[in-house]
Parts: sequence; C-alpha cells; structure tokens
Amino acid sequence: MAPAAASGLTWNLGDDLRRLFAEHFMVNAFRAGTIVAVTAGAIGWFMVLRRQSFAGHTLAVVSFPGAAGAILLGVSATAGYFAAAIATALVIALVPRSPGGQAYSHESAVIGTVQAFALACGALFVSLYGGFLNSLTALLFGTFLGISDAQVTTLLLVALAALGVLAVIGRPLFFATVDPDVARARGVSVRMVSTVFLVLLGCAAAEVSQMTGALLVFALLVMPAASAQHLTARPALSFGLTIIFGLAIVWLGLGVAYFSVYPVGFFVTTFGFGVYLLAAAARASVTRLARGSRLRRVMAG
Amino acid sequence: MTLLAANPLVGLAHMAEHPFLRYAFLAGTAIALASGLVGYFVVLRGQVFTGDALSHVAFTGALAALAAGANLLLGLYGSCVAVALAMAALGSRGRADDTVIGSVFAWVLGLGALFLTVYTTSSGGTNATSGVNVLFGSIFGLSSSQAITDAVISLGVAVTLAGIGRPLLFASIDQAVAGARGIPVRGLGFVFLALVGTTAAAATQAVGALLLLGLLAAPAGTAQRLTARPFRAMWLSAGIAVASVWVGLSIAYAAPSVPPSFGILAVATGCYLVAFLATAARHRLRPASGARPCVLPLTEPAAGTT
Repeated sequence: MAPAAASGLTWNLGDDLRRLFAEHFMVNAFRAGTIVAVTAGAIGWFMVLRRQSFAGHTLAVVSFPGAAGAILLGVSATAGYFAAAIATALVIALVPRSPGGQAYSHESAVIGTVQAFALACGALFVSLYGGFLNSLTALLFGTFLGISDAQVTTLLLVALAALGVLAVIGRPLFFATVDPDVARARGVSVRMVSTVFLVLLGCAAAEVSQMTGALLVFALLVMPAASAQHLTARPALSFGLTIIFGLAIVWLGLGVAYFSVYPVGFFVTTFGFGVYLLAAAARASVTRLARGSRLRRVMAG
Repeated sequence: MTLLAANPLVGLAHMAEHPFLRYAFLAGTAIALASGLVGYFVVLRGQVFTGDALSHVAFTGALAALAAGANLLLGLYGSCVAVALAMAALGSRGRADDTVIGSVFAWVLGLGALFLTVYTTSSGGTNATSGVNVLFGSIFGLSSSQAITDAVISLGVAVTLAGIGRPLLFASIDQAVAGARGIPVRGLGFVFLALVGTTAAAATQAVGALLLLGLLAAPAGTAQRLTARPFRAMWLSAGIAVASVWVGLSIAYAAPSVPPSFGILAVATGCYLVAFLATAARHRLRPASGARPCVLPLTEPAAGTT
C-alpha cells in the first residue's frame, strides 16, 4: 500500500525518522494529521461532555455520501465533505434535544434514520458513478497518501475558523452543557449554542474524514476525549490532555503506517483504544486505592 | 435484469420468474419483520446507538471470517451476538454508556479495515467486492440456502420477541416497578441485546452493515410517531419495515442502477418523513390538546429532568 513499505523498518530510529520526513507526502500527512488531531480533540471534548457521540458518529459517516456525490457531480471532494456534514448538522439540530426520557429515544431514531439514509445515498452515488471501487475503500477507510499542499492549507483555514468559533462560544457552550436550565435562566441561548456546536462538529468530522476515511473519523473525535475525561474531572486539564492524546495517536499511527502494509485507520484506532484502556485502568486502580485508604482511615479512626 | 414492463401485472409475473428475486423477497420479508419488531424496542429503550455499534461489529465479524477462510455466516452471527452480550454485561442494568460503546466500536471498525486489507491483498485484489457487499448488502446475490437460513433465523427472532414482548415492554418503560413485580429485568436486557445482535447479522446480508440501522430505526420511529399504543406501534413498525423492503426491492428491480439497499432505505426514510410532517402539522393545528402524539402516557418525564 505505502510505497516505502518494501524498504521496511531498520533498527536505526534516527535513520528511519529521516527517511520518513524525506518524502514530501509524508510531511504533508503529518501537517494534516496535526491539524486534524487538534481540531478533532477540541471539538470531540465537548462532544463527549455533551453525550452527543451518536450525532458525532452520524456527522462523521455522512462525509462518505458527500464525497461520493461530489465525485459524481465532478466538483471537489473537499466541498462535498463540508456540504454534507454541515447540512446534516442542521437537520439534526432541527430535532429538539433533551437527554433521557422519551424525547431522547425520538432524537436517536431521527439520527439513526438520517445516518442510514445518508449512507444509502452514498451507495447509490457509487453505483451511479460505476467503478471507483478502489477510491471507495479510500473514502471509507482513509489514506494518508497524496494530501496536497492546497489541501493542507484548506484544512488549516477551516480548523482555524472552527477553533475560533469554538473559542467564542466555548464558555456559554460549557455552561449550556453542564446545566442547561440555569444557563437558559441566565440568558444563554441554549438552542443557538447547540446548533452552532453541531455545525462545528460537522466541520471537524469533514476535516478528519479526509485523512482517516468516513468510517474511522469517530475514533479521533471520541477516544482522546473519553480517555482524558476518565483521568481528570478538571475541565482545563482534561481539555489539554485530549489534545495531547490526539496528537500522540495520530503521529504514532502515521509513523507506523508508513512502514507497514496495513491501513493507517487501523493503527490510529488501535493506539486510540490502547490509550482509552490505559486511562480506564488507571482510573479504576486510583478509585480502588482511594477507597482502600478511606476505609483504613475509617478503621483507624 | 429487464426493465419495468408496461403492464404492472406482467411486470410482477416477470419478477416472480427470477429465482434470485424470490430468494430476496423471502429473506427480505423475514428480516424486515424481525428488524421492525426489534427496532421498536431498540428505539423505545434508547439503544439506537447500540444498534449502530452492532452494525459495525457485523462488518468486522464478516470480514474476519472471510480473512480467516471461515464461514461468513458463522463470523457474522458469532461476532454480533458475542459483542451484544458483552455490551449488556458492560452496561449497568443491561445498558452501556455512550462513550464506552463509541470507543469500542471505533476500534472494532479499525480492525475491520485491517481484515479488509488482509483479505483483499491475500487474494491479489480479486475479492475487492466482498468488502463492499458486506458494507452495503447484496440481497440479490443470496443463494437459496442462505435465504432460507436467514428467513428461519429472522422468524425465530420475531417469534421470540413476540413471546417476551409484554414483560420486555414493562421492563423497558419502568425498570424499577417491573423489577419489583418480579420481572427479570437484567435477564431480559441480555436476551434482548442477543436478539438485536442476531437481527443485525441477518440484516447485514439484506441491506448491508452500514444501512441496517435504518431498518431498525426508521420504521420504529415512524410507528412511534403515529401511535402511542405500544403493541399497535410494534406491529405497525414491523408492517412498515416489510412494506419498505417489498417496495424497495421492486424499485431496485425496475431500475437496475439503483442498489436494492438504497431503495429499501429510501422508502423507510420517506415513511418517517411523512409521519414526522403529519404529526408536526397536527401538533401545530391543535396546540391546546394535552397529549403529545409521540409520548407514551406511562413515561411522560417529569418537567425539568433534562
């Protein structure tokens, strides 16, 4: 798959790294991966906090019909990614949201229907276009080869815009997430903030899917944030940890994928899941230790 | 495939002549019946995301079986039921957390990408289409034995679900009271998720791993919008699912460039949209009426529980 795969990994790490960065497409892949990891981490952190994983996953997979439709129409795939993700975000935002209870089950039915229908449209576009089976696998499972300089620039601009908007709505969004009723009483437009956030989530998903493919975007959105929120309850610290985890996962994934014949998506999801398992294990052992010491203190006192 | 005949009756007669269409209708009907019934409870219990996760497990399971050279059905059903039971065990009271589900299935999908690569490269690229078939379904490609296996398993799911329907409904709507009345709530959660896993595996063959969520969610969501009565909604959901499959298959037969899974999903989504608009309009026309059409009277959440 990767052109350098035949040369394999040597024991000299410095030499391997030099070989890695000697290729322009790898440099671009790392640039794109860094942008993607930061954006997905920041927006995914709010997604996990807001328990909107299902909406996030749906926004992630709609990039597949978006790209397939764009190829069918002969316009740029990047435009297709963003158009599909933003349109879907607006459709999901139309449905009133309230976690728990009957309204939640209706919301999830809507999201599930939207997701399946969007993917069915993707299947239709592929069938109508006929015979881009190889790029179909790339659309679904991603490729880090051939990311152009122009694409990196686009990614960077969209990421800066998305992070800028996130910085502006960050505080009200956090407030509206943690306590929507009080936020509403204090004059925060909860509906508005939620809609803007869904659009941001769509943009993040569209960005990430250009590298990891439509099906594996979700890993970068959910795994770093879920791991960080396992480790600490302090917002600023877990936000920082999310970004660090995201960067580490993407860089490692890209580095290993370069020397391997297997797809980058597999390595990114596996490292992400490894971090998640470690975080969950760390929290479980800390909880047990804390409970033990409290018990000893009670016994001694 | 021939184009649609001018006379619809002649067209139908043409359709019945093709064995592949007979198998597609046989398996499709049974799978839709099971999906509609199971989907009703999936939506009622707020477990659509679990269904989503299982659909991705189906993809990985099928490709793992293919890559290992084992029986595809074995991998499909085995992985789906095993993961469904694991999710039931992980979640408190038989319902797993969103983030846990998300992290696990994102990784499972990554594994699927690995198996896809292993499978396609080991065969020198001749197997490239099988991955696509698992993702998007190949109901017109079912053999007679596959169709009969799927139909029997799906009918089994439907019968089991109809059998446990009443206690499951009770446990889904009010877990605490159901538990107090001696209903094995946790056990029912396990059985139910195993049924969802089985349905997901069967439906993967009909509409594909990526699209089976629509067959679970859309008919059930439509039925719940149209009626608040549980059992009526349950059978309505099954009816809509079966009708979607029949109409979708006919569309795909008439227009060969339309994949059958798209036809099925388009009809199911259309039903949902119509129901959504109809109930929204009714709601707007009669804002004073106390009962919202979409809320079960038993589970009206207390105000301000968000």
